[in-house]
Amino acid sequence: MKNELIHLNHISKSYGGKAVLDDLDLVIHENEFVTLLGPSGCGKTTTLRILAGFETPDNGSVIFEGKDITNLPPNKRQLNTVFQNYALFTHMDVASNIAFGLKIKKKDKSYIEDKIHYALKLVGLEGFERRSVRNLSGGQQQRVAIARAIVNEPRVLLLDEPLGALDLKLRQDMQYELIRMKNELSITFIYVTHDQQEALTMSDTIVVMNQGYIQQMGTPESIYNEPENAFVADFIGDSNLFPGIFIKDELVTIDDVPFPCTDTGFGTNRPVDIVIRPEDVKLVKKGEGTVSGVVTDVIFKGVHYEMCVDVKGREWVAHSTRPRQVDEEVDINVHPYNIQVMNKPESEDEEAVRENG
Amino acid sequence: MVKTKRIAGFLGLPYIFWAAAFIVIPLIMVVWYGLTDENGGFTFANVAAIANPAHSKALFMALLLSFIATIVCLLLAYPLCMFLVEAQKTSNSFLTMLLIVPMWMNFLLRTYAWQSILEKTGIINTFLTSIGLQPLRLINTNGAIILGMVYNFLPFMILPIYNALDDIDKNVINAARDLGASSRQTLTKVIFPLSLPGVISGITMVFIPALTTFVVSSLLGGGKILLIGNVIEQEFMVAYDWNLGSGLSLVLLIFIVINVIVSVLTERSEEDYAS
Repeated sequence: MKNELIHLNHISKSYGGKAVLDDLDLVIHENEFVTLLGPSGCGKTTTLRILAGFETPDNGSVIFEGKDITNLPPNKRQLNTVFQNYALFTHMDVASNIAFGLKIKKKDKSYIEDKIHYALKLVGLEGFERRSVRNLSGGQQQRVAIARAIVNEPRVLLLDEPLGALDLKLRQDMQYELIRMKNELSITFIYVTHDQQEALTMSDTIVVMNQGYIQQMGTPESIYNEPENAFVADFIGDSNLFPGIFIKDELVTIDDVPFPCTDTGFGTNRPVDIVIRPEDVKLVKKGEGTVSGVVTDVIFKGVHYEMCVDVKGREWVAHSTRPRQVDEEVDINVHPYNIQVMNKPESEDEEAVRENG
Repeated sequence: MVKTKRIAGFLGLPYIFWAAAFIVIPLIMVVWYGLTDENGGFTFANVAAIANPAHSKALFMALLLSFIATIVCLLLAYPLCMFLVEAQKTSNSFLTMLLIVPMWMNFLLRTYAWQSILEKTGIINTFLTSIGLQPLRLINTNGAIILGMVYNFLPFMILPIYNALDDIDKNVINAARDLGASSRQTLTKVIFPLSLPGVISGITMVFIPALTTFVVSSLLGGGKILLIGNVIEQEFMVAYDWNLGSGLSLVLLIFIVINVIVSVLTERSEEDYAS
């Protein structure tokens, strides 16, 4: 694959005795769009701050292109940050904000002018040079913050929940814009968010974090389709999360009902967690499915209907474009490929992850 | 909306009465006395009396000493405020209290305290003579007056600067560092410009009371160093020449108004820049 650019080497960090990051080990490649995804307090922002140099890890090291930069101050690092609240310099206009880093580096005037022009064009704010940053909308301020960072030609752009304060429509537009900018700049983006939709849309690699641990790392498809544990399954998208028994290879039971699956290697008669995405729960006519139930709720969601089905006292959630009636008796079918089997948490840490998730 | 505005208007009423009774009417009286002679006839003589060498020297001394005191306050307050803001972040509020509490003490009390410290037979000189050294001339000097001004008016410098520094988002400072600024560049290019409105209001709040003081100069200057405030006080309280006192007050008022205009203009140009 691509060249290794950053290695967070067994990083630990705690505040006031509370561990925020525990032995986090992460490799980031050149030109990769990596998203650190997790609930608040999972350690994702701390990871970003350690990368930027605002925090020093208690243990472990930050390796950048083979060099240890753990104790390098932020102004000496080839990374730039886009902050959650934009953190623009309110005593300067747009152009001065963007020129800040270049002036510090004593670039000549015409170079700075060109860069400002280029950056404003890239973020779609041409002609905004002399505007005050205080009178810009949130979305415009965000673009200035991005322009201010990228003119320095960083090797890596760190983005800390940059779209968090924008409304839904603008957020979606900015997601596409960020992907476009990333492709145009060909640099590494490290993006922190708690929004799984954002993560799935933009990333090459998603790192799901919780309680200072990496829960799972992979492409958006693998994270969504093959969650490795209950936390990931629960955090990414809607899901039905059931306890089950792995009877033998390619066969599990949920509430004693056998379901064929495609997973192997979980032993025999072992308790496991099973995740089934609501869109994979097929509702069929009574008598035609694996298990029977009664529809208890029908909610219109726009693209689809969300239906809750009571099966032997357990609630199954199904998504379908075809609505059912409340109290209607239905059967459920699940394609073996869509049954995802996961190990039950073993250690206490993993257990904590699960309870808090 | 209209209703809230009307209520807000009522809420302002007590102060409007207060201001009318104790600010506006006295001010009109000062202008009246300042521009009339003892027979009530219009004259500029009271204002022109500032040209009298004794008066203009007192005005010059007041301007000089309060200017120095303001600069000293600024140089003391700014680093202190940076420290306080930092200390508060690490929840070291006890230290903050320790530094703030003495400032709540009564103004006169503190000035008297300094008098007994600096006197010929005061704490410092008693100590010096007891170890066989010559006593120093501390009280009744320009230095003593500046010390008294700084000590008394320092809180007025600290508060606005502290608020301005405290308002600066930590991420803005991080952003400057992130963009390559050293800690020194971050201070000069980001922190100081952002705290400037606080600095300007601090300067105004120290300079004006220092310029007009007569208590500090009479207690620590021993009546030997006259500031314009002392001259005005004596005209009112000793010579009973209200006309001359008011005339000189009007001159002082011009300097105060200039100071306020300058500070308002600086703040406005900040806003213009922003808009």
